[in-house]
Amino acid sequence: MKDHPLLQIALTFASLSLVSIGGANVVVPEIHRQVVDQFAWMNDTTFANLFAIAQAAPGPNVLLVSLVGWHVAGTAGLAVATIAILLPSGLLAFAVSRLIARWSDTRWIAIAKAGLVPVAVGLILASGVVMARAADHDVLAVAITAATAMFVILSDRNPLWALATATAVGVAAFRLGLSV
Amino acid sequence: MGTPSERQVSRTDLFLAFLKIGMLGFGGVAPWARHVIVQERRWLTDKDYAALLGIGQVLPGPNTMNAAIMIGDRFQGAGGAVLAVLGMMAMPLVILVALASLYAAFAAVPEVRVAIAAAASAAAGLVIGTAVKMAVKLKPTPLALVFGALSFVAIGLLRLPLLPTVLALMALSVLGAAWGRRA
Repeated sequence: MKDHPLLQIALTFASLSLVSIGGANVVVPEIHRQVVDQFAWMNDTTFANLFAIAQAAPGPNVLLVSLVGWHVAGTAGLAVATIAILLPSGLLAFAVSRLIARWSDTRWIAIAKAGLVPVAVGLILASGVVMARAADHDVLAVAITAATAMFVILSDRNPLWALATATAVGVAAFRLGLSV
Repeated sequence: MGTPSERQVSRTDLFLAFLKIGMLGFGGVAPWARHVIVQERRWLTDKDYAALLGIGQVLPGPNTMNAAIMIGDRFQGAGGAVLAVLGMMAMPLVILVALASLYAAFAAVPEVRVAIAAAASAAAGLVIGTAVKMAVKLKPTPLALVFGALSFVAIGLLRLPLLPTVLALMALSVLGAAWGRRA
């Protein structure tokens, strides 16, 4: 029982849940160490492929963990891994939510909010720039990033329009031999 | 129009909104969550949303997941929190398994590779644009601008370790806000 894969999945990801401060990407190296080196559930290439798929899919980055569970033990593995990584941190977030609600009328919460907001926005901008550096390897890619950013800033329409257009432009440019 | 926290948001509304956020959430959930919750449905102001994201950031777990739990709890208690999480995870999990199943067959098709690369570039622009838009709408004080810029430079350009840097910046930023309101 101790060596059952589902139990190992549950223990591995539940223990990572409470240290994943800053989101799943922070613990990716540790996930890699456990999944590839320690348990030998998959090799490096498979891990890299799963990572790419999790990045390409919509939804939070934590989906990498779901995918690892699915790869190791099918649907049950997917369910166990997802619950294991989300439940401990989720319960903590819920507890914090209740604390904030209790103190929400105090002056200190207003001050804390005023202090947290600029850091949160700065971090979103930072993650956008990090993503752009990883994704943009030619002029067209940089132009797509810039055009999408301008669309979001200037228009209140659904950003999906910009994403769909960008994807179509990328494929068209490839077909016309304008990019590699 | 009352303040956003006085709005009535039913459990169905919550679930459907987060279902949409999860389904749209290419390149990360934060910009889509802002689009749906702040812009489209006006459940929260930009300031409230950014504050929840900020709290979600220093807690373990995905910051958007933590924010979803807090938003669900704010409008519909524990049940709302569970529904927000289920809504946000449902479609991505289905799409993910489909993608993983098809990956072997389609990874070699160059158009697929190019499309994913272009979508990744656009997603980066979406995140950058969302940050700039929030910064404009929040009408920051000079001090807030300084801390926003510091956070961006420290994490985005200098790539300092996330947790200690963010904790230090948040502590200083809150102290600065307290000092600014003194009097």
